[in-house]
Amino acid sequence: MTIAAKNFMNFDSSLGQLRCQGEWSLANIVFLKKSFAEIRWPTTGNITIDGDAITKMDSAGAWLINKWLKALAAKGLVVHQQGFSDLYQQLLSLVEKHTAVAVPKVASLNWLARLGLYASTQLIELRDYLAFAGKLTMEALYLVRHPGRFRGTAFAAIIDKTGYQALPIIALLSFMVGVVIAYQMGVQLRSYGANIFIVDFLGLSVLREFGPLLTAIMVAGRTGSAFTAQLGTMKINQEIDALNTMGITPGELLLLPRIFGLFLVLPLLTMWADVFGVFGGMLMAKTSLSITLHDFLLRFQHQIPLKSLLIGLGKAPIFALIIASVGCFQGMRVQLNADSIGKQTTRSVVLSIFFIIVVDAIFSVLLSRMKL
Amino acid sequence: MTIEQPIIEVKNLKTNLGGTWVNDGLNLTVKRGEILAIVGGSGSGKTTLLREMLMLLRSNAGSVRVFDQELTTAAPAKLLAVQRRWGVLFQQNALFSSLTVLENTAFPLHEHTQLDPQTIDELALLKILLVGLPVEAAVKYPAELSGGMQKRAALARALVLDPELVFLDEPTSGLDPDSAAAFDELILKFQAIMGLTIVMVTHDLDSLWRVANRVAFLGEGKVLCVDEVKKVANNPHPLIQEFFSGPRGRVVKRIYE
Repeated sequence: MTIAAKNFMNFDSSLGQLRCQGEWSLANIVFLKKSFAEIRWPTTGNITIDGDAITKMDSAGAWLINKWLKALAAKGLVVHQQGFSDLYQQLLSLVEKHTAVAVPKVASLNWLARLGLYASTQLIELRDYLAFAGKLTMEALYLVRHPGRFRGTAFAAIIDKTGYQALPIIALLSFMVGVVIAYQMGVQLRSYGANIFIVDFLGLSVLREFGPLLTAIMVAGRTGSAFTAQLGTMKINQEIDALNTMGITPGELLLLPRIFGLFLVLPLLTMWADVFGVFGGMLMAKTSLSITLHDFLLRFQHQIPLKSLLIGLGKAPIFALIIASVGCFQGMRVQLNADSIGKQTTRSVVLSIFFIIVVDAIFSVLLSRMKL
Repeated sequence: MTIEQPIIEVKNLKTNLGGTWVNDGLNLTVKRGEILAIVGGSGSGKTTLLREMLMLLRSNAGSVRVFDQELTTAAPAKLLAVQRRWGVLFQQNALFSSLTVLENTAFPLHEHTQLDPQTIDELALLKILLVGLPVEAAVKYPAELSGGMQKRAALARALVLDPELVFLDEPTSGLDPDSAAAFDELILKFQAIMGLTIVMVTHDLDSLWRVANRVAFLGEGKVLCVDEVKKVANNPHPLIQEFFSGPRGRVVKRIYE
C-alpha cells in the first residue's frame, strides 16, 4: 500500500516482456490501470506477460489481466502468459469463464411509453379499488345476515384507537381554528361596525365546512396512514395469508371492523370538533369584539339553522368511508419490499385527502343547487 | 511453516442478554484459510457470537480481535478498515429490495472504492456470474428471484470486495437439498481458489461434514469442543451427543464416516 508498491509492472520492449509485480488487488486497481495506460505497446509481434513476481492477486486483479489479454489480442498482438502460480492460473481461468460480453441494462422506456404505463397503472388501480369495494360490500352484506360473525372486540378497539384517543388533538385543533377564524373575520367586521355578525360567519363556516373537513383531514393523516401501515406489515409477515388459509377472510377480521368503526367515529369526532370550534370563536369574539358569551349564544340559536349542523355531520360518514377504504385498500396493496409500505402509506394519505376535498366540493355545488 | 497470527481471536467473551449469560467466558480462534463451522443447539449463543464478531452487538466483557485489531475498543476508522476486509452473508440474505442484483452487488464498490462506474459494473457482474447466476438475473430485483438465487446474489455481494474473511450465517437454510449441496460446493470452490477464511454458523449436518475443516461446538455459554468434525462427533459430552446422535445426525454421520 506504500508509494513504492505502486510500481506494478515493467515493460521491456526489446524482449516484448511485461513483468508484473506486487499486489494485484481491488485496492490497487486504479493504479494498475494508470500504469498500464502509460505503456507504449508495439503494434505487432509477441508479448509475454510474466506473473512470477505477483505477491497477491484477487479476482479483481485477475479480471484486469484477463481484460488486457483480450484487448492486446484484439490489437493484433500474440500474447503469452508465463510464471503465474497454479492458484493464480486457476483464478485467471475461472474469471475468464465467467466474464460477460456486456453489462446488461435495465430496460428504460421513452416518455410516451412511460406516460402510457402511468395512465394504465392508474386505471388498473381504480379497477382494483372498485373490485375491493365491491368485495367488501358483499362481505358486509354477509355480516348483516350472519351478525354472529361480527367482530365486536376488534370494532371496539378501533373505536378506542381512532376515536377516543383522537379526542384531545381534534379538540385542540378545532379550538385554534375557531380562534383564528373569529380573529381574522373580526378585524374586517369591526371596520363596518358589524361585530355581531361574527356569530353567523363563525357558526355557518365551522358547522358546515371547517368542522367536518378538518376532522376528516386530521383523521386521514392519523388513522388512514395507520391502517395502511398495519395491514401492510401484516401482509409482509404473511399474516394475511395465514388468515386466508384458516378460512377467515381478512375483510371480516381486519377490514370491516376498521371501516364500520371509522364510520361510527368520524361523525362523533366532527360533533366534538364543532363544539370546540364554536367555543374557540366565542372566546375570541368576547376578547377582541366585545361580544358577551350570552349575546353570542342568544344570536347563535336564532341565526344558525339546524340544517347547517346536519349537513356538516352528514358529510362525515362519507369521508369516513373514503378514509377507511382507501387506507385498507392501500395496505392490502403493499408488496414485499422495503419501499412499499412507505409508498402506499403516502399514497393512502394523499388520496384520502384528495377525495375528501373533491367530495366536499361536489357537496357544496349540489347543496347550493338544491337551495339548502 | 511459520506460526501465523490467527485471523479471529475471541477471548473470555461474556454477554448478558435479558438476564441470562448467553456467552460466559467464551474463547475461540480462527486460523487463516480454514472453514470453521459454529454449531450448537438453539439458544447456545451462536448468533450472539457471530453478531459480536461483526460488532453488531457489544459484549459485556472480553476481547474480539480480527486481523490483529481489537474491535471492542476500536475507533470508527480502524473498524472501517477491518469491515472492508470481510464480507457477510446474512441468513435472510439482506439484499436491498429496492435495488437490482447488479446494484446490490455494486453497492460496496461504489461506497468503498474510487473506481469508475463502468469498472464497478463489470466487477460486480463478474461476481454475479462467478456465483452461478445467469446474466439476466443481474437486472432483476431480489423479489423476482427464487430463494436459491437470492442466496447466490447475497454471496456475490459478500464477495465483491474480495474479502479475506467471509461470515456465513446459516448459508444453506431455506434451500432445497440440491441447491444446498450446490451452495456447499460453491463455498468450497471459492475458499480454494480465492484463499478465503470462512466462519459459518450452520444447522445443516450435511454441510458440516462436507465443508467444514473444523467445528466449534457451543454450549453452556462456552465452546465445548473445537476440532475436526469426526472428532467432535465422537466427543462424549451429552450436549454434543444429543446433536450428532439424533436420528438425523446418525444418518449423516454414517454417510461420511
